[in-house]
Amino acid sequence: MSETLLELRHVTRTFDLSQGVFRRAATLTAVADVSLTVKRGEVFALVGESGSGKTTLAKMLLGLLPPSSGEILVGGTPISAKDRVAVSRRVQPIFQDPYSSLNPRKPVAQLIALPLLVHGVGDRATRRAKVMEMLELVGLSPRHYDSYPGQLSGGQRQRVAIARALILRPEVVICDEPTSALDVSVQAQILNLLLELKRELGLTYFFISHNLAVVEHLADRVAVMYLGRFVEERTRVGLFASPRHPYTRALLQSVLTPDPDLGVPDTRIGATMIGGDVGCPFHPRCPDAIDICRTTPPAVRTLPDGWATCHLVEEEALQIS
Amino acid sequence: MTAAGITLEAAAARRRGGLLRRSLGHGGLVLGGAILAAIIAIALAAPLIAPHDPYNQDLAHRLIPPIWQAKGSWEHALGTDKLGRDYLSRLIFGARISLLIGTLTVIISGTIGTVIGVCAGYFGGRVDAVLSYVVTTRLALPVVLVALASAALVGSSLEGVIIVLGLLLWDRFAVVTRSATQQIARTDYVAAARAIGCSTLRILGSEILPNILNALIVVATLEMAHAILLEAALSFLGLGVQPPLPSWGLMISEGKQYMFFSPWVIGVPAAALVALVLAINLVGDGLRDVTAPENRG
Amino acid sequence: MALLEVDNLTVDIPLADGVLHAVNGVSFSLERGETLAIVGESGSGKSMTSLALMNLLPKRAERSAGRLVFDGIDLATAPETRMRGLRGNRMAMIFQEPMTSLNPSYSIGNQLTEALRCHRSVSAAEARDRAVQLLDKVGIPTAARRLNQYPHQLSGGLRQRVMIAMALMCGPDLIIADEPTTALDVTIQAQILHLLADLKTEFGMAMILISHDLGVVARVADKVAVMYAGRVVESGAARPLFRAPRHPYTRGLLNCIPVPGRTAPGAPLGAIPGQLPSLIGPQQGCAFRQRCAFAAAECAGDIPFAAAGPGHLVRCVRAEALEAAA
Repeated sequence: MSETLLELRHVTRTFDLSQGVFRRAATLTAVADVSLTVKRGEVFALVGESGSGKTTLAKMLLGLLPPSSGEILVGGTPISAKDRVAVSRRVQPIFQDPYSSLNPRKPVAQLIALPLLVHGVGDRATRRAKVMEMLELVGLSPRHYDSYPGQLSGGQRQRVAIARALILRPEVVICDEPTSALDVSVQAQILNLLLELKRELGLTYFFISHNLAVVEHLADRVAVMYLGRFVEERTRVGLFASPRHPYTRALLQSVLTPDPDLGVPDTRIGATMIGGDVGCPFHPRCPDAIDICRTTPPAVRTLPDGWATCHLVEEEALQIS
Repeated sequence: MTAAGITLEAAAARRRGGLLRRSLGHGGLVLGGAILAAIIAIALAAPLIAPHDPYNQDLAHRLIPPIWQAKGSWEHALGTDKLGRDYLSRLIFGARISLLIGTLTVIISGTIGTVIGVCAGYFGGRVDAVLSYVVTTRLALPVVLVALASAALVGSSLEGVIIVLGLLLWDRFAVVTRSATQQIARTDYVAAARAIGCSTLRILGSEILPNILNALIVVATLEMAHAILLEAALSFLGLGVQPPLPSWGLMISEGKQYMFFSPWVIGVPAAALVALVLAINLVGDGLRDVTAPENRG
Repeated sequence: MALLEVDNLTVDIPLADGVLHAVNGVSFSLERGETLAIVGESGSGKSMTSLALMNLLPKRAERSAGRLVFDGIDLATAPETRMRGLRGNRMAMIFQEPMTSLNPSYSIGNQLTEALRCHRSVSAAEARDRAVQLLDKVGIPTAARRLNQYPHQLSGGLRQRVMIAMALMCGPDLIIADEPTTALDVTIQAQILHLLADLKTEFGMAMILISHDLGVVARVADKVAVMYAGRVVESGAARPLFRAPRHPYTRGLLNCIPVPGRTAPGAPLGAIPGQLPSLIGPQQGCAFRQRCAFAAAECAGDIPFAAAGPGHLVRCVRAEALEAAA
């Protein structure tokens, strides 16, 4: 059985939003009671739209933001703000926007070598050698050693970001929408690179994306996040074959494959969010909501390859048995 | 980023010398830069090019008019002042004082303001609240009055002026670096640096500072002009540089009683001040235009 | 007579190191009620093309066209006053970023009514009525109350709906939608596309949809023009073009996209190696040849349009040979 590299136990993160001097601050719950495990060598995909809390979750996994409650464990050891340096050797990020993830004032070599400098690895000669090695590994020409980010295309910049993330050979890479800001043809190049590097270096990916087609291509396990909560977690095969949560179903229906014979699907989910604080948070938009959805938050219902939190799933499973 | 923007940016970014070319194409920057360079050169070469000793009094030749008036001569191209000192030489040496004050003041106030601004912008929260309160307090102080009061307390001198102005003129630095730092602190590359395990100091020095340098340089040039004008005002009021130093402000003050009969005594140093401040402002505006992102492609 | 006829549209931007040929001889036509999709990646010139139609190009851009006619009006020679009379009135544009396309300092109602009163002499009350009517049509609940709200009080999806309503205020014949759903969540995207299709049919509008998303294009478009490096490389009706793409670039693009159920998970995706060539300076031959697996000597010469089926044009001298070999 593969070891657990990353684990979240009932992690919650809230933010206080100041409402001015005279009113008590409102609390925004960005992440609510999330638990998950990621095994070594796995690609764990997190699917969510804007406002789902996925970016906040990513920041917590990187040790950039402490959870308000709950524990985050890397390789079995809980992390806290003090161990940022130790965590950074094992967990590294690749961000979405290649235009803002590289310091425009530093040349490529300095950008890629930064982790080596910070962790005191090697001398100047060793660093140079390692940077050259990484450039080759990510498919960049060695002549870019002294280039500045402004001279590179989006795809090239993303490769630099990948080189920087992998130079210390971390175990887990948090990929926050790494290809969403890239052109289609470049996206394919980067995805191929990520898969190849995973095989070569034995990496584990925590892959955040809103693009289900990409997720279907890469992931082993998939979790769907809505308004700070996980609503479904399944194997890739299971989720795409039979999605159980109405939100997951709507997401899957919204994937537009380039098939000219099909039109635009009508996902039947609503637009309004009002009323989501009582009962199931999804009920205001849910096309299949029933009375109990509006009053009681759904419990977790275990499925053969995962789980989902939905009253309807509960009923479904009961019918079968 | 629109596709149009990307195309243009890619085209423009292919050349790194773009900044130099843009600078040379910017009319104001070239003009201001030329004047400023000339003044700096004159100030540096002062002992070599000044025709006379600026402190040499010659009471027999007081208030000789400059070359363009009837009684002027090339001996004293810009005339002499009330003590017979050659005006051209005093003007040339006065440039040194103005530039010295401008530069040192900016270094002191720039350091104070940048430290305050960067800390407020990066740490946010309570640190920002406290530092912003400090900035607001400083903004509430009328600089000239405080300078006058300090001069009255500790006496006035060149060093005194530099210290007082340096300790007072940091507000714009703080405000500008604070907002610039806030913008940079939000970027992914700063998040990446933290995720890599960089210490706060390293992040401030290596990720934040180089990226606010543009804004900083523009503020520095403008504050330099500001300091020079303030020194002239203080010296004019007798609470800045003391005679016999040839500060342009002091020269105006010393000449005010001759304003109607020998107007050049005020006119010449005033014109020099205007030229210097104008040049600095043109350079500051030009730098801002040339380094602004809108102009990159 | 076609609603919009574009022949040999060119947009050149003089830069310090030469002339950037952002749009290089683009031609297409649009009938009333049709949806034309212009597909391309960044640098393809698709956005520039739409800006060129409305004459909203950056100052230093130079536009020229053999023919640029909208409903009988010659856009190439129309003075700015004429263009202003057309924009928002008969040709409306929906932009990509709903966050920045609405003025944050004015209420929604203000911006909507302004769009109408700019072109028609109607009373404030009549304008408000129409605004409420359209907000309702675009699916915004409690439309009347919304008129007094400000953009920051609405979500991205709602803002985009407001933008669509604004575009419809004067009942335009043509809507140009530049990546209207790219900045939106996937679930909202489907809804907005549905809405656009419904409105199109109801109001009898033609639409030019600019997108890099082949999935969106395939589902929505009647006609497609694929652009690369400022040129149209393939164009035709959507169905035959997607079922049997002829240009190596179009084929390459379709191979790049992971399709659940069709592409094998974990297997390498078909990628197009290399990157966009420089658009600065004289553009000779096929712009795609450095990245094309099938390039040959003749690709460096003149590349005319060839017919690949009824209404299906492809700009590739190797297309026929490739088809024969397949």
